Amino acid sequence: MALRIPCPTCGERAIDEWVHGEIINVPAEITDPDRRDLDRGYFHNNTEGVVEEAWFHLYGCRRWISLRRDTRTDTFL
Amino acid sequence: MNEFWEAKVRLQWAELGESYDVVIIGGGGHGLATAYNLAVHHGITNVAVIEKDYIGGGNSGRNTAVIRSNYGKPEPVRFYQRSVELYRQLESETERWVMHDERGLWWLAHTEAGRRQERARAEINRAFGADTTFVEPEEIERGIPGINMDANGEFPITGGSFHAGGATARHDRVNWAFAEGAMRAGVTIVQGVTVEGLMMDGDRVVGVRTDRGNVAAGTVVGAVGGHATTIASMAGVRLPIRTHPLQAFVTNHYERTFDAIVASNDLGFYLSQTARGEILGGSHIDPQPSYSRRSGHDFMSEISRRVIALFPFMGRLRVLRQWTGICDMSPDYSPIMGLTPAPGFLITTGWGTWGFKAIPASGEAMAQLIATGATPELIEPFSIDRFANDRTLADRGSSGTH
Ligand SMILES: Cc1cc2nc3c(=O)[nH]c(=O)nc-3n(C[C@H](O)[C@H](O)[C@H](O)COP(=O)(O)OP(=O)(O)OC[C@H]3O[C@@H](n4cnc5c(N)ncnc54)[C@H](O)[C@@H]3O)c2cc1C
Ligand SMILES: [Zn+2]
Repeated sequence: MALRIPCPTCGERAIDEWVHGEIINVPAEITDPDRRDLDRGYFHNNTEGVVEEAWFHLYGCRRWISLRRDTRTDTFL
Repeated sequence: MNEFWEAKVRLQWAELGESYDVVIIGGGGHGLATAYNLAVHHGITNVAVIEKDYIGGGNSGRNTAVIRSNYGKPEPVRFYQRSVELYRQLESETERWVMHDERGLWWLAHTEAGRRQERARAEINRAFGADTTFVEPEEIERGIPGINMDANGEFPITGGSFHAGGATARHDRVNWAFAEGAMRAGVTIVQGVTVEGLMMDGDRVVGVRTDRGNVAAGTVVGAVGGHATTIASMAGVRLPIRTHPLQAFVTNHYERTFDAIVASNDLGFYLSQTARGEILGGSHIDPQPSYSRRSGHDFMSEISRRVIALFPFMGRLRVLRQWTGICDMSPDYSPIMGLTPAPGFLITTGWGTWGFKAIPASGEAMAQLIATGATPELIEPFSIDRFANDRTLADRGSSGTH
């Protein structure tokens, strides 16, 4: 839906101004270095719930911010 | 077949038992077609399909119903071509009118690079059994009613391809046809039951935990659309999937015949006309990974601008409805089917924005895999191992929107 993202510098802005950045967390259980690289490259937590993620305000202040969002409802916490 | 002599769909609901040979999680097209094929073609009838909402309530009842095999790589062309062929037989196979309508699909190019890509698509399609030809702008102008060839100077049409096998079918009817046939052959299908966990014996998946109790199973299949990661994680299996919303819309009835199915990669949308006369359209996924099915106005305003540039008549129509499904996007825009690292647990996912067309072929292949224990050659390239083995099948230009 039409996400609006709260920027601490610019205020709430439409998603078109932003680039989404996933914060990659390779699970600690994966210990083999090749497996860790593979996981980092292709696999995702794809959390159905609260995620910590990065957003780059490309057409605004050009800063990265990190936010918490509930992916079930698209609300920022 | 037509609607005057078809009878009402006969769905025979049963109670959920305690143990099955096969439990399929998810009553979308993929789960239902797998169950149908197991029961009807392999005699494996001790099967349950567990759906948390209602059958076809996920993406299989929310898609824009485009069926085609004009992909960009050999493996997908062969696979989807099998599905195009199975869709042609689906009405005689299930004795249900699914409103299958093979009217051909135009894929437009707006740049020199796009023109070359459509030439390549036609070549590779023909080499692997799909009926696609390269077309010049003049043929496009003759073939597609109401098209504005220079799109106001912004997106001039430089060529394209025509895929004769392009078709649509009524999505609900496809789901119901498979459900009815499966039920008639003895499959138990339950709605309103949620799988909340998996029963494990070591690494092995031996059943499902639901909000109505545990159900033991010889084989468990995850066929849950956008929720694939959540289900697989219950078996300790990680997936290369991100879930993204995809929106679509229909307009009010357009009084003229718009027989074409039209897609444009550069413009990022596709359109067709429904049997009711509405114009049905869709576009790209929403940029953020999300499980929310709320639709938004930004999608409508953005897509309208591009649609009207190419089809000015669309500016006089009104949007009747808009809706959203959540899509299991794979990194290479190809499906992920078959065995997983967890014994007893199979998955069918990575259907993203493109899996409606695949329902008959994937149901056939998944059932064959379960019945024989061997992965059919047709789907072998789509196994989850391909990411570790550097054999990904990147095909975004063919799958990106529908
Ligand atoms: C707007 C839109 C347009 C599209 N257009 C096209 C198109 O034109 N052509 C094309 O080929 N494809 C298209 N697609 C893609 C296509 O719809 C999907 O790939 C396909 O329907 C996937 O089917 P499925 O059975 O895997 O998933 P789904 O149909 O989503 O079924 C999964 C089911 O699992 C159930 N479920 C989930 N979790 C649980 C649980 N824990 N317990 C029990 N049940 C559970 C859900 O309720 C759901 O009913 C489109 C998709 C969308 C959203
Ligand atoms: Zn900012």
